[in-house]
Amino acid sequence: MTAIEQEYVPPVRPQSFIRRLFSSRPVAISAAILIVIVLVSVFAGIVTGSQPFQIRPRMRLHAPNAMFRFGSDALGRDVFSLVLFGGRLSLLVGFFVALVSAVFGTLLGLIAGYFRIIDGVVMRIMDGIMAIPGVLFAVALVSLVGPRLGTIVAAISFSEIPRVTRLVRSVVLTVREEAYVKAAESMGIPTPLVLFRHILPSCIAPLIVQTTYIFAAAILLEAVLGFLGVGFPPDIPTWGNVLAEGRAVFQRGPWTIIAPGLFLAVTVMAVNILGDGLRDRLDPKLSRNAKVAA
Amino acid sequence: MNMSLAPILEVQNLSVALPAGLDRRLAVDGVGFEVHRRQIVCLIGESGSGKSVTASAVMSLLDKALTISGGKIVLDGEAITEATAERLCELRGDRMAMVFQEPLTALNPVMRVGQQIAEVLQIHKPQMSADAVEARVIELMTDVRLPNPALLMRSYPHQISGGQRQRIMIAMALALEPALIIADEPTTALDVTTQAQILRLFRELLTKHDSGILLITHDFGVVSDVADRVVVMRHGKVVESGSPQQVLTAPSHDYTKALIDAVPKFRFRPEFPASEKPVLDVRDLTLVYRSSSLFGSKRETRALDHVSFSVAAGETLGIVGESGSGKTSLGKCLLRFETAESGEIFVADKNLATLSGEALRHFRRNIQMIFQDPYKSLNPRRRVGASLIEGPVQHGTSRADAIERASELMELVGLKRDALDRFPHEFSGGQRQRICIARALAMEPAIIIADEPVSALDVSVQAQVLKLFEELRRKIGFSMVFITHDLRIASNICDRVAVMQRGKIVEIGPTEQLFCRPAHDYTRELLAATPGQGPRSERAL
Repeated sequence: MTAIEQEYVPPVRPQSFIRRLFSSRPVAISAAILIVIVLVSVFAGIVTGSQPFQIRPRMRLHAPNAMFRFGSDALGRDVFSLVLFGGRLSLLVGFFVALVSAVFGTLLGLIAGYFRIIDGVVMRIMDGIMAIPGVLFAVALVSLVGPRLGTIVAAISFSEIPRVTRLVRSVVLTVREEAYVKAAESMGIPTPLVLFRHILPSCIAPLIVQTTYIFAAAILLEAVLGFLGVGFPPDIPTWGNVLAEGRAVFQRGPWTIIAPGLFLAVTVMAVNILGDGLRDRLDPKLSRNAKVAA
Repeated sequence: MNMSLAPILEVQNLSVALPAGLDRRLAVDGVGFEVHRRQIVCLIGESGSGKSVTASAVMSLLDKALTISGGKIVLDGEAITEATAERLCELRGDRMAMVFQEPLTALNPVMRVGQQIAEVLQIHKPQMSADAVEARVIELMTDVRLPNPALLMRSYPHQISGGQRQRIMIAMALALEPALIIADEPTTALDVTTQAQILRLFRELLTKHDSGILLITHDFGVVSDVADRVVVMRHGKVVESGSPQQVLTAPSHDYTKALIDAVPKFRFRPEFPASEKPVLDVRDLTLVYRSSSLFGSKRETRALDHVSFSVAAGETLGIVGESGSGKTSLGKCLLRFETAESGEIFVADKNLATLSGEALRHFRRNIQMIFQDPYKSLNPRRRVGASLIEGPVQHGTSRADAIERASELMELVGLKRDALDRFPHEFSGGQRQRICIARALAMEPAIIIADEPVSALDVSVQAQVLKLFEELRRKIGFSMVFITHDLRIASNICDRVAVMQRGKIVEIGPTEQLFCRPAHDYTRELLAATPGQGPRSERAL
């Protein structure tokens, strides 16, 4: 090689991804809040002490004080413990819904985007699912099968899968025309390998972003189900259940719904802000570095 | 020309700063030049030389990340580096206008072309009546030699050809009779015959409208055809400037010399010995694209029309033609990305056209592709080594053997062995194309299809990659179908050439014979339009 080509200097490696992500203050604060909420939910037993759900009929509807940090509910239970333990199930539902809908949605999206013959059928089915109101379907399924974690996750995931499928399919449609995918095909690489090695990695970034939104939506939907009385049974605390029970007495003890409502709202908002932050960083069209390089 | 002693555009010691953390501090470093009336000044350089940034600075259309850190730009006596945003808006269009490289993306796809020209007039001259605007649009379209302007102005951009779109862009630039037109690679996306027409048009308009043109290009052929003055840029600095005669025939700077040497010239290979047994034998290949509209009316496009040729062992066959001639469709057919309507493709005595499923997958290793854009043909998320051994391992080579072979190939294509552990973004375009060549060779194919493998590269890199092809042929010998639009490149690398037009091979023969004694009119036309054939013939205007 002559001198002209050897002078090429590869672009300077940009700052680490994590550092750039958290350089935005709202994103950093949201992440911190989420970590705190997850930790206190996971270690709820330690934080709240023994007998978290003890019913104390004589201590009904106490305002927040030294003993009941968030007050007590109509049965004299500690709202603080209820909210923390409730967070466990709500976060779990959010996590599993995000996972399940991401996995199934991705598989369907890859198939629909790559095999053009199946595309029409898969996408029309997805359109059909999107036409069913998510809450109604979840209510129907849970009343039919019974309120268990698996059922609730399945019921909520069902209506989230089409969103992921659409997203992944649209990425596959553009990436499958890239020369490096054509090159892999021309080398006789089997189709599943082409899909997972060469096409799937391009879907990961938008997928992470979409998954955070689904996570937030699932927590909300689970709370809606609990509030409507078709979620987990009333003796198992979730944010939705606690809200539902507080509804009857909220004029005398507003703290019974303020505390779980606040946790729910803050969690959902934090997840969404984190999702926006990820989108800004992962979407190459919005990234600052990509613009300068072009 | 006595009235125009003062230059239209004067760029003095211009510097543009890059954001921190890139390979150099200044995108443009102390650049100065002048454009006079009735003059075409060519700004020439390779990618990254800062020529486009200079043009954007003159138009005040710099990317937000870039800032002018020093110097002065004077347009017609007015320093635009000190002008307000409002004044700049008035100046753009009125006193200076820009013509972009890609006329399809620079035009609004959902607006009729006549309306787009009219818009410029309506914004800058609101006092003009609707009739006057339309009359002016037709006049402008006539000026840029568009056929039947009254009818054509009602078309949408996708309904007209690339050359016509570029003419519309030029008409828009001319609408307000600007003193200065900046054209950024205006002919790069066009076919050679169209390019020749557009360049001729520039020369004509210059005289008629009494303006100056700043033409940005990477092609010395274009420079020698139209330039009055040449400014050669490298790494943001001007390395040489002067008249084209002086710069092209007696360059004073080494870089200019290297660049001029790298420009492909007609140079023929020694005659290829005739051999009986072809590696690739294509017979009567026909490919038809069908599109049916909502109401059932069908349209057929014959992309390939009874194409037949063969390639002998060790031979390189060139496929040349303009866009739309079917050369890329031919490549896709040979790789079975498209299934031909009829015809046979024999590779190693097997008819590729009828294989399907697993049999096709296994057979694919025999025919490999080198793509045009080296930035898109390597998976950006996989290490070079992984991309290189993927194919061979799939076809039964052991991992260790494949890695050993891959590192040998790396050295063979002029890269270091440790390149295997790196990612594609750590390499330049030319280096990536070397990796792509190595990847194709790693499969040990019977034949390689190369679709415009050097047209996305700078001239100096282009020359090196062509040399590499030559070396590899000598060392390991392979057969190749080389698709290109550039006849000069074809002459350097091909033993035989097939000229395609509208899906048909109109002429095929040994390269030297075909180029020196072309039998078909279309071949002659292509040869005549090839840029850089000496001094301008249109200067007489």
